[in-house]
Amino acid sequence: MRNTKRTQKIAFFFLFLATLLVVVPVGMIVVIIVQKGIPAINWQFLTDVPRQGMRSGGIFPAIIGTLYLVGGAIIFALPIGLLAAIYLSEYSKENFLSRIIKLAIVNLAGVPSVVYGLFGLALFVVFCKFGASILAGSLTLGIMILPIIITTSREALESVPYSFREVSLSLGASKWQTIRHIVLPNAIPGILTGTILGLGRAAGETAPILFTVAAFYLPRLPKSIFDQAMALPYHLYVISTQVPNVDEKIRYGTALVLLTLVLFMNLVAIIIRYKFRKKKKW
Amino acid sequence: MFRKAKEFIIEKLIQVCGLASIFFVVVIFLFLLKEGLAVFKIVTPLNFLFGKSWYPISDPAQLGILPLICGSLLVTLGAAIISIPIGVACAIYIAEIAPSKTKEVLKAGVELLAAIPSVVLGFIGMVTLVPWVKNIFHLPTGLTALSGSIMLAFMAMPTIVSIAEDALYSVPKSYKEGAFALGATHWQTIHRVMLPAASSGILAAVMLGIGRVIGETMAVMMITGNAAVIPHSLLQPVRTLTATIAAEMGEAVVGSEHYFALFAIGIVLFIISFAINVTADLFLHRENR
Repeated sequence: MRNTKRTQKIAFFFLFLATLLVVVPVGMIVVIIVQKGIPAINWQFLTDVPRQGMRSGGIFPAIIGTLYLVGGAIIFALPIGLLAAIYLSEYSKENFLSRIIKLAIVNLAGVPSVVYGLFGLALFVVFCKFGASILAGSLTLGIMILPIIITTSREALESVPYSFREVSLSLGASKWQTIRHIVLPNAIPGILTGTILGLGRAAGETAPILFTVAAFYLPRLPKSIFDQAMALPYHLYVISTQVPNVDEKIRYGTALVLLTLVLFMNLVAIIIRYKFRKKKKW
Repeated sequence: MFRKAKEFIIEKLIQVCGLASIFFVVVIFLFLLKEGLAVFKIVTPLNFLFGKSWYPISDPAQLGILPLICGSLLVTLGAAIISIPIGVACAIYIAEIAPSKTKEVLKAGVELLAAIPSVVLGFIGMVTLVPWVKNIFHLPTGLTALSGSIMLAFMAMPTIVSIAEDALYSVPKSYKEGAFALGATHWQTIHRVMLPAASSGILAAVMLGIGRVIGETMAVMMITGNAAVIPHSLLQPVRTLTATIAAEMGEAVVGSEHYFALFAIGIVLFIISFAINVTADLFLHRENR
């Protein structure tokens, strides 16, 4: 008996150790970036264009470029993703087709990000002749975040109790009226959460925009959606590997801005989910 | 009448969008094929996959991706050895042992890790991990397969932990109660009852984690040293399939041999990720039934 108790103690200790090995470095990474990045952050850094071959000045065009890209991606992905989620939760039956659709979503989520970059290059940049542009990059990112939006929206729609639909239908509402006025309003927080998570993902990805939009050094703001643009993640990659002798401070500062942007979106998503769970009465 | 027409159109639109994900998977594959298959006019598929030298811009170009495949395999293997035991252990701790308050904190930590962009992790790897590896093993450079493996193991954690945790949760409560009733300790229950019952879900978690590792691009490119030679040890620089595409596509001329070859690497990656995801999905599906 004593022996099994000791075995359990030892086993649990190792499990605890493994958990620390995962969680502690995460905290360390965030702390390091915040600590070393804060000194770089000032008004000029956030609002000025990069100067002297990106060795001084700010990162304003990269911030704006990322916002454009993320905005474009969501304009494209949200309607398609939401309608696809409605199809899966309200219309499709448990059959071979819905199985294939779910498999396709899983695969879409698993395609390596650099392959999305290749695809965007082949379809949008070369075949559609958009050139390397915000349009091509946004569409590529949009397809990439589609599975996130579909999956989370579907969960949100399916969590609306079935009785809500039955009541609406029994009052003579059509199927679409039921979806539009009963199911969707109740699923909005969940859909919003998924959308914001998708935004965060799109803001942080580098590989899909490498060949579809990213400009190495473009110290002005993009003029139209057919213009190239700088983007934060690519800018961080460039100043940390391609340009020698960049001040550490600028690198950490850029990393901090990118991390803050992404974590902020995740935080908003978590808060919405939390509030919604508290409010939910069924 | 007008309302009916409107609803008809909306429902058709919903159906079309429902099929969008299938459409995109097919279109991605077709465009990779369209651009990538042209390389096989220059090299045979066998020479492409097993050719030992990758000199895409020499004349004549040598387009053998074996060094890149070996690079990817080595880094992935290293990452798997590190991440599978730690990831599964972490999942067990979170699902079974941690008190509920701690559990929320730990889960938030793992979610936080999933949210950090890979280029940020690559940057942090460059400034912390790479110098450590260099100093500990007294190497001329810390940009090695080992650094890549450690970083990737870390990046695979959120996938492995969250899916394995779900698998453990979905084991019926009665299994656990039965084991307790027979006098088993908590650890015996986990080890002999929960783990076997959740095995197919855990297997899927591991596979999806590995899929994440193979497809990871930016962090790998920044910390593995990018030398396209067949590696002999973990302490050498390597170049992976993904990093090759990301690093070289910028310079490749559209329509050149090099361009086609990079797309052919894309086909290889697509097929690998497709196979992993379909198999993992089968395991998860079996779990559900």
